[in-house]
Amino acid sequence: MNIVVCIKQVPDTTNVRIDPNTNTLIREGVESVINPFDMYAIEEAVRTKEKTGGKVIVISMGPPQVETALREALSLGCDEAILLSDRAFAGSDTWATSYTLAMAIKKIKDFNVIFCGKQASDGDTAQVGPGISAHLDIPQVTYVKKIEKIDEKSAIVYRMTEEGYDVIETPLPVVLTVVKEINTPRIPSLKGKMTAKKAQILAWKAQDLNVNDKFIGLNGSPTQVVKIFTPSPRSGGEIFQGETDEVVVKLIDRIKDELKPKF
Amino acid sequence: MDYLLTEQQIMIRDLARQIAQEKIAPVAAHHDETGEFPWGIMKIIAESDLFGVFIEEKYGGTGGGVMDLVLATEEFSKACGGIAVCYAATALGAFPIILYGSEEQKKKYLPDIAKGKKLAAFGLTEAGAGSDAGAIATTAKKSGDHYILNGTKQWITNGGEAEVYTVVAITDKTKGSRGASAFIVEKGTPGFEFGKKENKMGIRASATRELVFNDCKIPKENLIAKEGYGFIVAMKTFDQSRPGIGAQAVGIAQGALDHAIKYAKERVQFEKPISSFQGVQFMLADMSTQVEAARALVYATARMVDAGIKDISRASAQAKLFASDMCMKVTTDAVQIFGGYGYMKEYPVEKYMRDAKITQIYEGTNQIQRGVIASNLIKESLKK
Repeated sequence: MNIVVCIKQVPDTTNVRIDPNTNTLIREGVESVINPFDMYAIEEAVRTKEKTGGKVIVISMGPPQVETALREALSLGCDEAILLSDRAFAGSDTWATSYTLAMAIKKIKDFNVIFCGKQASDGDTAQVGPGISAHLDIPQVTYVKKIEKIDEKSAIVYRMTEEGYDVIETPLPVVLTVVKEINTPRIPSLKGKMTAKKAQILAWKAQDLNVNDKFIGLNGSPTQVVKIFTPSPRSGGEIFQGETDEVVVKLIDRIKDELKPKF
Repeated sequence: MDYLLTEQQIMIRDLARQIAQEKIAPVAAHHDETGEFPWGIMKIIAESDLFGVFIEEKYGGTGGGVMDLVLATEEFSKACGGIAVCYAATALGAFPIILYGSEEQKKKYLPDIAKGKKLAAFGLTEAGAGSDAGAIATTAKKSGDHYILNGTKQWITNGGEAEVYTVVAITDKTKGSRGASAFIVEKGTPGFEFGKKENKMGIRASATRELVFNDCKIPKENLIAKEGYGFIVAMKTFDQSRPGIGAQAVGIAQGALDHAIKYAKERVQFEKPISSFQGVQFMLADMSTQVEAARALVYATARMVDAGIKDISRASAQAKLFASDMCMKVTTDAVQIFGGYGYMKEYPVEKYMRDAKITQIYEGTNQIQRGVIASNLIKESLKK
């Protein structure tokens, strides 16, 4: 089985510092890491390979330094790595990113399942995985927390919902975006790291993919960022104190009061 | 300080650090409290290939030496000295085979040790033979194609948990220390049993048990080197392993220091963090300087061993002595910086102080180390 996993390199936000003047992330000196949710996608891709055989191809789009993220993925058990790096890709929003990734996956041709993390820790959009499935015109299951069964033709997976989970059977190929409940990512092995260090990483540019120039990079990105701001904190609510019976009555009165039309 | 590590050594250090921070630190207090053997962590270390860092590639390792072992041991020790010793004791048990084992013995035992499938242990100490290792009473009597072992080894790290034991026993009482020989004994051999698990002051995650031999019959192929080589095997093994104890001491001390720095920045007294007081600052500065000096000595010794320099007994003893005395002092000072909180089990530093003490005692007490250093100094002066 051929398994594709898409990853993103993001700033390490575990020790994040905020500039008190601008309220923005201080990026200087912040290390780049694999998006934490993608670590679960890598682990699940490798576990699936270990069960079904085949290989795992890891893909990432970004500047050349994304190579370190791809090497880390190789050290964790991925077999091949593809870097999509080109000035023409710069400024891509989730639409252009998922289009470009989908075109790269098309070039791979032979694929059965595509894993993504549920979202990236920097943008938090959760759109790229579903975007890939739309561009490839194949099914998707998001928020996957368990793979019950998978073979070359179909898969039965658990999709986490707020109330519980759905059990979904889907034909393959399929895009699965995973949540952290799905597994515990492994620690890389020393031999894996040594192999990953020497491994060849395929570098594909726009001209290597059969892309329409209008759909990639900044020009291919319909998203307009109008303004970025920190929402003002909610003003503290009211606290009712006293015996439960009395407090409940007070609370209900207060809510009724609030709901009255104000003229 | 930059110790100019090779790329592979940096990978080993970083990997061991990741395991220490993500996997060992969260469970260190649990294993200290319960004494439960850390099999979960041993499995993670095995899967990461770190059990093989000091074993040749042809036997399934990654071809490094004592320096690689030292780096991993130090990182694990920063999080837990007890869990780290389970790892380091396997190396101690494997060194007799690496140094003096036959090709067949190496092929049979090293690949499983390198993969972490089997832990190893080394058995020399007995109730009546501690510093006076020559007083061991365990015997190995040759009988046809076998040796028959009788006697009891005491305080053996990884005892009961390890699969492969290298054990020193007397084959010829008339020859004194030249009458000892080293053997490989596998767990499960009839006549080989374990005593109760010891209840220790520190390194409580590690298992310490008696090895009891009762007419234990082992094939003659399990003799390491030749009859009469037992003490040479043991002494050369300790020359290799003492930098590892030094590394354990450096790691424990560094771990305690890291906690002390973090706490000194957070703890407010007289409306200021205590790290702003010169009294505390000077303590931290001295602790850090001592840790760094010990680390430099341990690394230099490990590199001497790996370079194949013959006379390493003095350097090896000095690294173990200095690092372990330093570790006791630095961990005691870390408790002092934490004040009353440091004395409480809810805080991590008292464990470091308890774990530190053993490094001054095992693999040769620090008094024995001073003896080794002095006798080498005198020997060296005679050559001049």
